[in-house]
Amino acid sequence: MVEVLEHDVVIVGSGLAGLRAAIEASRVSRGKLSVAVVTKTQVMRSHSVSAEGGTAAVLYPEEGDSFESHIYDTIKGSDFLADQNAVELFVHSAPREIIQLEHWGMPWARREDGRIAQRAFGGMSYPRACFAEDKVGFFEMQTLYDTALKWDNITFYQEWFATSLIVEENRFRGLTAIEMKTGELHAVKAKSCIIATGGAGRMYTFATFGHSSTPDGLYIAYKAGAPLKDMEFVQFHPTGLVPSGILITEAARGEGGVLLNAKEERFLKRYAPQKMELAPRDIVSRAMYTEILEGRGVEGPDGMSHLWLDLTVIEPEKLKRRLAGIREICVKLAGIDPVNEKIPVRPVAHYYMGGIHTNIYGATPIAGLWAAGEAACISINGANRLGSNSTIECLVWGRITGEAAARYAMENGFSSSLPTEQVQKEEKRIFDGLLGKAPRINPYEVKKKMQRTMESHCHIYRDEKSMIEGLRMIRELKQLPYMGVEDSSRAYNTNLTNVLEIEAMVNVGEIIVTAALQRRESRGAHARRDYPKRDDQNWLSHTLIHYTVEGPELSYAPVHIDKYQPVERKY
Amino acid sequence: MSGTSEVLLRVYRYDPSNGGKPRYQNYRVPTFRGMTVLDALIYIKENLDPTLSIRYSCRMASCGSCGMTINGLPRLACFTQISELRSKYILVQPLRNLPIIKDLVADLDEFFNKHKLVKPYLIRRDVEEQENPREQYRQSEEELERYVQFAYCIKCALCYSACPVVSTDKSFPGPQALAQLYRYYIDTRDEAREERIRIVDGAHGIWRCHFADSCSQVCPKGVDPALAIQLMRREMMFGPSKG
Ligand SMILES: Cc1cc2nc3c(=O)[nH]c(=O)nc-3n(C[C@H](O)[C@H](O)[C@H](O)COP(=O)(O)OP(=O)(O)OC[C@H]3O[C@@H](n4cnc5c(N)ncnc54)[C@H](O)[C@@H]3O)c2cc1C
Ligand code: SF4
Ligand code: FES
Repeated sequence: MVEVLEHDVVIVGSGLAGLRAAIEASRVSRGKLSVAVVTKTQVMRSHSVSAEGGTAAVLYPEEGDSFESHIYDTIKGSDFLADQNAVELFVHSAPREIIQLEHWGMPWARREDGRIAQRAFGGMSYPRACFAEDKVGFFEMQTLYDTALKWDNITFYQEWFATSLIVEENRFRGLTAIEMKTGELHAVKAKSCIIATGGAGRMYTFATFGHSSTPDGLYIAYKAGAPLKDMEFVQFHPTGLVPSGILITEAARGEGGVLLNAKEERFLKRYAPQKMELAPRDIVSRAMYTEILEGRGVEGPDGMSHLWLDLTVIEPEKLKRRLAGIREICVKLAGIDPVNEKIPVRPVAHYYMGGIHTNIYGATPIAGLWAAGEAACISINGANRLGSNSTIECLVWGRITGEAAARYAMENGFSSSLPTEQVQKEEKRIFDGLLGKAPRINPYEVKKKMQRTMESHCHIYRDEKSMIEGLRMIRELKQLPYMGVEDSSRAYNTNLTNVLEIEAMVNVGEIIVTAALQRRESRGAHARRDYPKRDDQNWLSHTLIHYTVEGPELSYAPVHIDKYQPVERKY
Repeated sequence: MSGTSEVLLRVYRYDPSNGGKPRYQNYRVPTFRGMTVLDALIYIKENLDPTLSIRYSCRMASCGSCGMTINGLPRLACFTQISELRSKYILVQPLRNLPIIKDLVADLDEFFNKHKLVKPYLIRRDVEEQENPREQYRQSEEELERYVQFAYCIKCALCYSACPVVSTDKSFPGPQALAQLYRYYIDTRDEAREERIRIVDGAHGIWRCHFADSCSQVCPKGVDPALAIQLMRREMMFGPSKG
């Protein structure tokens, strides 16, 4: 019999958004609510630890920055798909989060006067990125994790893998999760829930995300009836290290590094002759992709063509001093010393603008269910997010949803009992249907094929013909008999959790391509060769994606526009 | 870049439900330039044997998941190049000093609990301001430098696994927790110095450390827990330094 645990608020995910939400729910209730954090990794291991560069907020309006400017930068960066009321709330809420983290121990870099320092970031017209060395996400995670340990009302269920949400009459009731250590399935009954499971992650062969970043959180919400939004918008960063996809930050080019093709030519002169390597991310990424498509890439492992990032042109002492982190990554993780060797790089999937559809307060259409962080689509990022805006989005909506879910839990009682049919169904599906049943097709092969399909059919450049083909391939994969778990042991069975992740990946792949195929325009990160222009007449709208047994069903919703009418996005 | 050479991994296997007897299993893995031990283990899982359990996430030495014993030393699998081991045989075992859940996956509960025991958060008297901030607390770059190195800790437990005191005294907090104690103790924003001293000033506390320095040698992030312990003991013996 499945054990049923009871909590007031349950949060799925322990990245920046989930931890910030857990602390806020505790604070609002003065430690009275019992808050559960269910997370498939150990709490501290969430992928937020990998964010390096910065976290945006307007701290010093008296010195020249302004809310207005952060708002406009974000809206323009989004190619006018962001909801302007959400952006307004975002920008006004950001500074408080920076100082709050500072009060909880965050080692922000400081200025001469002892106040928090800020630096410049792409697309931001004022240096407003707060930072802590080149480990901003790591230190933010540490600060929140450590601070959360103060609260005895928070229970961490670490290495618990959520497998489904229980929703009855459009109201959240609870969820089911596998405790990985023992292999037991548990049900968690709660009054309210926040999904903070991060972005869709490793949908592509080549991605900056860690291995635990997969779309299973999105998928269980979607299957429970929460629509997804704007899933076609995927951001690619120009320089991922081949073959691992580890991010090489822009600083490498900022310090003088150059990009070369197979002919050792600085090809950017043909795309951005003025700014060259320092042109905006999307322009550099597209140029690199074109070089590879036109055969001027270098053949790499796994059939992955790449270009070169050449740092040997930088004076070695300067490289060792100014780019120590990048050098360590190359040496320790790829066996390449950039002092005397070129680094193989190519554009890399880096961030998902889309996610679970919510209103500006992070509430989904399901009563008692919120979403926050990269898993949510609020939407402030529209068709393209700006660097340094997502960590702060996690913090702002971690707080907002944490508070809202706590208030909801304080005002509402438990429903009488948890509907047991679904828990039993889940038990059957996992233990009778999957565990110890060797599948005919290797699920890891299916994952690789799905990722390769996304890489070749729905990448930086898209067109109808190739996406129709990609969609057909993914639907074929979906039908293959890969759903089975050869490992029959209960303890720490990652073969089982991997198969559940792969199921979510294949389904979310179908969603991304379906949404991208329908959007017949180019906007932000969504670049169609067959529709190269932005089309505000027909497409100034959000894509909503609903679950049906037959597959994703699309509808559209208007963008909230207040002050800023769309203009052409020029830099 | 894909090469034809191979490496042999000899991997510790343990499943509590299988009578609980550990055994070793050999796997041959084709290598490529830049391949890490983690890449090799993932290769095994995805191509040779899906029953192998490993814990990993970031693959860039940031999350602290993949600590294990590689050729006898505690290391991060994602931060260890196959080529740097200069050997055709690689012995992979779980971390020492910790219970094992399955295969290469150690149970870190006791390790995390010890971290929690040192109250790893800022303790302030102005609770109202701390929880509803209006003004930044000021801190100079020098004040930041005094603790930030100790804040690099990714909680990978390599030091804990290498510590000879932990292996004989289970109540000893271990290098990681003690380094975190010092990290908060020396932060100019913290106001709980006496309380922090009391936490570790017992028979099984900070004085148990006999400076074997194994912790600092294996730490992948340059935290230097032995130094933190030394500095903390100095504070306790000669009274707080200024600040
Ligand atoms: C390399 C890199 C660098 C970046 N740099 C920056 C930067 O400089 N500035 C910036 O603003 N942004 C940056 N970003 C983006 C930013 O880091 C992320 O958008 C953000 O950290 C996401 O946080 P999150 O809390 O939403 O999710 P995550 O941190 O991804 O956490 C997701 C959580 O959900 C849990 N989870 C997932 N599925 C399940 C399940 N089925 N059951 C239970 N738990 C589950 C996981 O265990 C994890 O705890 C960067 C991203 C990357 C990849
Ligand atoms: S001190 Fe170093 S070795 Fe110990 S847990 Fe922290 S990072 Fe790992
Ligand atoms: S996988 Fe994150 S530290 Fe190795």
